[in-house]
Parts: sequence; C-alpha cells; structure tokens
Amino acid sequence: MTFNALTTTRRSFLAGAGLVIGFTLAPKVFSASALEGVQAGGDKSLSQINAFIKIGTDDTVTVLSKHIEFGQGPFTGLSTIVAEELDADWSQMRAVHSPADDKIYGNLAFGLQGTGGSTSIANSYDQLRKAGATARALLVAAAAAEWGVPAAEITVEKGRIKHAGSGKESGFGAFADKAATQTPPAEPKLKDPKDFVLIGQELPKLDTVSKTNGTAVFTLDITADNMLYAVVAHPDHFGATVKSVDDAAARKIPGVLDVKTIPQGVAVYAENTFSALKGRDALTVEWDLSKAETRSSDQLTADFAKLFGTDGHEAANTGDVEKSFGGNGVQTLEADIVFPFLAHAPMEPLDAVFIKAADGSVDVFNGAQFPTMDKKVTAQVLGLDPEKVRVNTQLAGGSFGRKAQFGSPYIAEAAAVFAATDGKRPMKHMWTREDDIRGGFYRPMYMHRMRGAIDANGNVVGWDQTIVGQSIMAKADLDETSVEGAANLPYVIPNLRVISHNVSLAVPPLWWRSVGHTHTGFAVETFMDELLQKVGKDPVEGRLALLSKEPRHMETLKKVAEMADWGSAVPEGRQRGVAVVKSFGTYVAQIVEVSTGDDGAPRVHKVWCAVDCGVAINPNVIKAQMEGGIGYGVGAVLFDAVTLGQGGKIVQSNFHDYRSLRINEMPAVEVAIIPSSEKPTGVGEPGVPPVGPAIANAWRRLGHGAVRRLPIVSIGSV
Amino acid sequence: MITFKLNGQERTFDGDPDTPLLWVLRDFEKLTGTKYGCGIAQCGACTVHLDGSTRRSCITPISTVDGSEVITIEGIEGKEAEAVRKAWIAIDVPQCGYCQSGQIMSAVSLLQLTPKPTDEDIDGAMAGNICRCATYHRIRQAIHNAADTMEG
Repeated sequence: MTFNALTTTRRSFLAGAGLVIGFTLAPKVFSASALEGVQAGGDKSLSQINAFIKIGTDDTVTVLSKHIEFGQGPFTGLSTIVAEELDADWSQMRAVHSPADDKIYGNLAFGLQGTGGSTSIANSYDQLRKAGATARALLVAAAAAEWGVPAAEITVEKGRIKHAGSGKESGFGAFADKAATQTPPAEPKLKDPKDFVLIGQELPKLDTVSKTNGTAVFTLDITADNMLYAVVAHPDHFGATVKSVDDAAARKIPGVLDVKTIPQGVAVYAENTFSALKGRDALTVEWDLSKAETRSSDQLTADFAKLFGTDGHEAANTGDVEKSFGGNGVQTLEADIVFPFLAHAPMEPLDAVFIKAADGSVDVFNGAQFPTMDKKVTAQVLGLDPEKVRVNTQLAGGSFGRKAQFGSPYIAEAAAVFAATDGKRPMKHMWTREDDIRGGFYRPMYMHRMRGAIDANGNVVGWDQTIVGQSIMAKADLDETSVEGAANLPYVIPNLRVISHNVSLAVPPLWWRSVGHTHTGFAVETFMDELLQKVGKDPVEGRLALLSKEPRHMETLKKVAEMADWGSAVPEGRQRGVAVVKSFGTYVAQIVEVSTGDDGAPRVHKVWCAVDCGVAINPNVIKAQMEGGIGYGVGAVLFDAVTLGQGGKIVQSNFHDYRSLRINEMPAVEVAIIPSSEKPTGVGEPGVPPVGPAIANAWRRLGHGAVRRLPIVSIGSV
Repeated sequence: MITFKLNGQERTFDGDPDTPLLWVLRDFEKLTGTKYGCGIAQCGACTVHLDGSTRRSCITPISTVDGSEVITIEGIEGKEAEAVRKAWIAIDVPQCGYCQSGQIMSAVSLLQLTPKPTDEDIDGAMAGNICRCATYHRIRQAIHNAADTMEG
C-alpha cells in the first residue's frame, strides 16, 4: 500500500473522517467521566484535514496517531514530522489515537495496523511528511482563495499563514473548514531536510503534563455508570482447563454478582474490583492437566539439549565450518547458554472495558497494539459484524510486546467474559499482577550451543551456533526471529554456520522488547568477547577488525569507546564490558562499568551508549528510549526468569519473585546520537540487546566466570 | 461507616471495611490517578499520602483510614509538589506514565522531609517505586532539580 493510494483523493480523506463519526453511537449509559477518556479519533468537532490531521478553530493541530502511545513516544515523534511539513508551531500540536482501520492506518511495514518492531517512525516518516505537506497546501489554498492572492505568494511559519504583499496574516484555525474542502495536490512538495526546523530538536513530549497530575487516562481508568468489574481465575499450569468449580463461597461475598466458566478460566463478576478479587480468592477450581505442560524448566533444558547435533533448519552456512575446526594449531571454544522465559510485566496489567450501545454495537477500550486484530476478534467472540465493534485505543501503561498478539488472546478472553453477561451493563475486565506474571506469552526459553575456532594467527576462522527454542511466529520451518542477529552476523568470519531447532510447548510464546536479539545479541556478543579474550585481543579493537564490512557498526562502536575513554584506567574493583548490536535497522553500542556488589551480585555503575538511528527526529525521545531500554535490559539480565517447577507449575507470581530493576540499581547513563541523514529507524527496542552481554563481559573480566545461564542473579528459581 | 478526609473534603465509606484504600479511591471516589500495579506493596504505583506520610494504598484497608487525611495525586499541593511537577515536566520524566503518580507522591514526600536529598536519600525514598520503563535516571535528576529550585 502506498501513501498516494490512500490520500490523493478527497474521498479517501473523508473515509478517515467517517470512521471518527462512529463515536456518535456512544451509548447514553456512558458517563461523562468515561467520555473524557475516549481518545480514538479525537474531538469530532475539529475539522478533519486528512486522515492524520485535524485542525481546531483555536489553531490547535491534532495528529491522529496510528501507533499506540505507551511511552516510546509516537505521539511526539509523529506530531513532530507533521508539524515540520505543516510549518506549525510546536505549542499548537496535540495527538490522539486514530481509529482502528487497516486501509488508512495500517503499518506500512506490515500492512496490518499495529505497533511493533520499532517501526512507528520508520514506516510513518514519508507518509506523515506528505500528510503534513498536504495539509499545509490545503491551508494555503484556502487562504489564497479567501484573500484573493496567488497561493505561491503565501508563506507559512510557526503556525502563521502570511501574505507579505497585502499584509494579511492568519492562524490555521480560521481556514480549517475551508481547507478541508480544497483539492489536495497530487504530490505535495516536501522540505529539503537541511531546512528542517523541528525535526532534530529536543521538543518537549506532548503527553508529559497529563502524566504528572493524574489526568492521563489509561484503560484501567475508564469508568462508566453501572459498570461491572470482572476478574478471571486462571490455571497455574499452561494448557490446563477447568474441570470443576465450587463457587458457593464466592457467591456469598458481598458485591459478587455472578460466576461463570469461560474457555480461559472462571470469571467472577462484581460491583467493584475488591469484591471481584475476594470472590475469585473464594473459588475452588479443579483443573484438568491432561493437556498441560507438566515438565519443569530443568526438564525442558535437558530436552532442548537433546536436539543439539540432530537435523535442524539451516539459517546460515558459508565456508566449511567443520574443516575450520580441524586445522593445524586451531584453538576452539565451546559454550552452552540457557535463556529463561521472560514476562513483559508492563506496569498496567492487561485490561479492557466493553460497552454495548442501544443498537447492539460495542465499544471496546483497551491498549490496542493491534487494533484491527482486536476488533476482528471481539466481533468473532461476541458474534457481531466487525463494523459493529469500535476499538478505542487508550494510552497503555507499557507493553514491551505484550499487547501485540496474533489472534488477540487477551481481548478474546475479555470478550468472552463480556459475552457471558447479558451485555446490559458496561464491564471492565482486569488482570492482576499474578495473572500477568503467570499468563504466558513470554519471551521463550532458548538454549544456544556455541563453538568457535581460532587459527594459529589468532584469527576467528570458524563460528558454529545452534539455537533451540520455540518459534515465536509459530513456524514449522525456519523462524527468522529465532536467528536474527546470528544468521546475519556482522563479523567477517570465513566459516559460519547457524542452525535453528523449533520446539513445541504448551507455554505460549511472544516477542519481548527486541525479540530474537534478546538472546542472539547476548550469545553472539558474549561468545565473541570470550574468543577475543582467549587470544589476548582488545574487545573494541578486536571487534572493529572483524566489522570491516559494517561501517555503521564501526562508527557506533568507535563513538562509544571515545565517550567512555576506553583504555583509560578503571576504578579499583571495577571492570568494563562492551557490546554492539544492530536491531530493527538501528545500531547501538554500549560500554558498561561493573563491580561486585556487597550482596555478591553485579553492580552496574555506568552505561555509555552510542546510537545510530538515521535521522534523529527527536533526540530527547531517542535518549529516553536508550535509557529505558538499558534499564529494562539490566533488570532482565540480572534478575528475571519465569520458571516451571515440579510438574510444570509456574513458580513466580508478582514483583517479589519476578524482580524489576529499582532506582538504586539503575546505572548512570550517557547517550550520544550519531549524526546521520539516513532514513530514520526505530529506538523503542534497540537499546535493550547490548546491555546484557556488556554486563556479562565485564562480569567475566571481574573473575566470576562466563555467564552460561540467565539471569545472573538467581532468585525464586527451582 | 468510615469517615476520612480526601484531598481536603470529608468523605464516608460504608462498604466492606476490608476494601483497600486503592479501590475505594478508584472504584468509589473515581479518582483514578492512583494506580494498581501489584496489590502487594511491591511496586508503589498506588502511593498516596496518609496523614502526611507515604502509604501503599493497595494494602491499606479502608477501616484503618477512619479519621485520617488522604492526599492523592489529584490533590497534592505545596511548594514541594509544585517543584516536583515542574522538574518532571522540564526533563520529560514520564514514558508510559502509569507509575508516575506514585513516583511523584514519593518524591514530594522525600522533599518534604529532606529538602536537599543526596543520591542515597533518593535511593532510600524511591526504591519502593517500580518503573518498568526505567525512567529512574530522569527521576533522580528531576528530584535534584526540584530541590535546587526550592532552595533558590
């Protein structure tokens, strides 16, 4: 799909507007407080200039973000792109979530409307530049007609439309209605990037103020009159189903209204959240484990290891790997590395609100990462035509991949809970933290077997990597997400082989912030570091010598070495580790400084980070994403694992045994952005992959041995 | 019947006395700035001020709040609150924003007790507030900045 196909006709612009009008169907029972939370499409009283831009009579410009805002910054980034080409002033910019519609708001990287793969800026850049430039041309045309002057003589700067010859001047608002009726240009003229005035500036984020005074509305905050509150009792084994339920005690809890068995578990409906939770606690549920995963994590690890050496899917095979291991004077190194299941644990657990209108149509409010998928699945579960379902994307309290699911299983559950009611009352469905940690859709367990060969001259001549784990994409053959970062190794090694084995488990897998790079980045960057150390090579110089075909890797690595003054004296008791990983088109190199803490665990003092993400739309957001990605990665590599105990029972349940990084454990972070005129690439995920291996490399150099099993600090495991 | 003061106003609650303050605020008072994150006082997203001190509202039964004064993110005022908000906005601390009400309530309390906190003071006061976006780097900076503006 191209931008032109979407937006060069007035008709297609109106198709976008028409969807927004769906909101007039909002039911009467909807309270005023709930309406305040509605964000999809924004205020319908504003003039819709095109699918992405609305302009108010007060001169405000509202960008309809096709990407969900959950902290990674699309509201700000996408608005920056629009404002740049529109020549708007930053103070007049606003952002809201767009409606759910693949045709208009699809992610151009994958067709479906969705946020993921760090694509929000990358896939929207050209599209929103054109949308902004088109809106500018429409405003100019409207002003030219009104003022009776040639459009070519009109200038626009910082939100003011001016005609020097006549001295006429106006804001956007006065021409918003008229602009919406002008004919858009077939190919709007875009700026030369050297003339950018907003792109590249550290503009304040649009969503900050509401997030400092409690007024930002998340799904959990949606409130409707006469609303039901529902929670679901889930099994503590993956693949278990309800065998029998004794709900007598639960029904006696004041405020509990009903208990129903649904495919996903047992739903408790109540007048308020606490009654629902108390009712759930009072249930006695017997689970059928006949189809459940009953192996422990230790058994799974042993079963994974059995696949090494058997036939797998070949992801890379150049040169002659076996021969490279047999040459004269060749030294070899071997390692098995085990990666645990990881929960995403966003601060806001999964939740959704459903409201049925008088005409039978349904509004869904949720942190929709795949809005059209959520719409389709809701319609299926409720037995409705998809056009009778409106998905109203809300700000989400994090996701890290959790809310982007094929088949929308959590929305399917929430819809099933709603479908089991008479639909007369609005309903909020909430997962507790325990439901979240034990809910699956984890970064899968993986096991890597690494073999490296170094010739008599100290050169790495052979690399043999085998990866065992679930296919996130549910593939029977090679899943690229299992081998990304390994099969396309940036280092020049003449003999390279990467093999992948898919395993099938009842534990549902999912992408987790940076997907395959969460494990391949760790395996590649720790093993390479060990090989270099074995032959006495410097970790930075040794890598650079092998990156001759990757200039952007090299530049990023050189930059971070310069920032950290690599090679200078390190304080007593500390060591440094380095790693460089390209993910989602963005290059990130990090150097960490680590000591052994009083508790014997790694203490990460400082992280230097260099990032090359092409054109830097908003350096403020880019730095924030690097800082946050680093913190997310440090927490996971130090502390996090979901483990299955004896019989497959899930061990962890909440933040006491699935640890999050805390402020006292957060390293100081310094970020530098490599200047670039390349097309922008994403930053939401790429900050994560290098920090884990960099820590492990420093940890090994502190004398603790190589990290062969994550997390480094084992808590609550079996 | 439980009576308490909420952001300066007298309120009553006659439901289940075991109901945590968090759910009274959110479900009954419709003050949704205070968030649920864990339910077991591990994450701090539900932090409010109870009689002038930080309290995890998710484990505070409403029965224990009788006669007390509760301040939430919607009602927090004073020079510390003003300084914290300004500092938060100036360096764009929030990412997803879900934990930030709790972070701000803890930070305001810290500055009320310790107007010029050290990094160790910040660790001590803020370690109970999880931010999964890991905005910690900016939270620390913003607290220092807020302290500076209060001083100056």
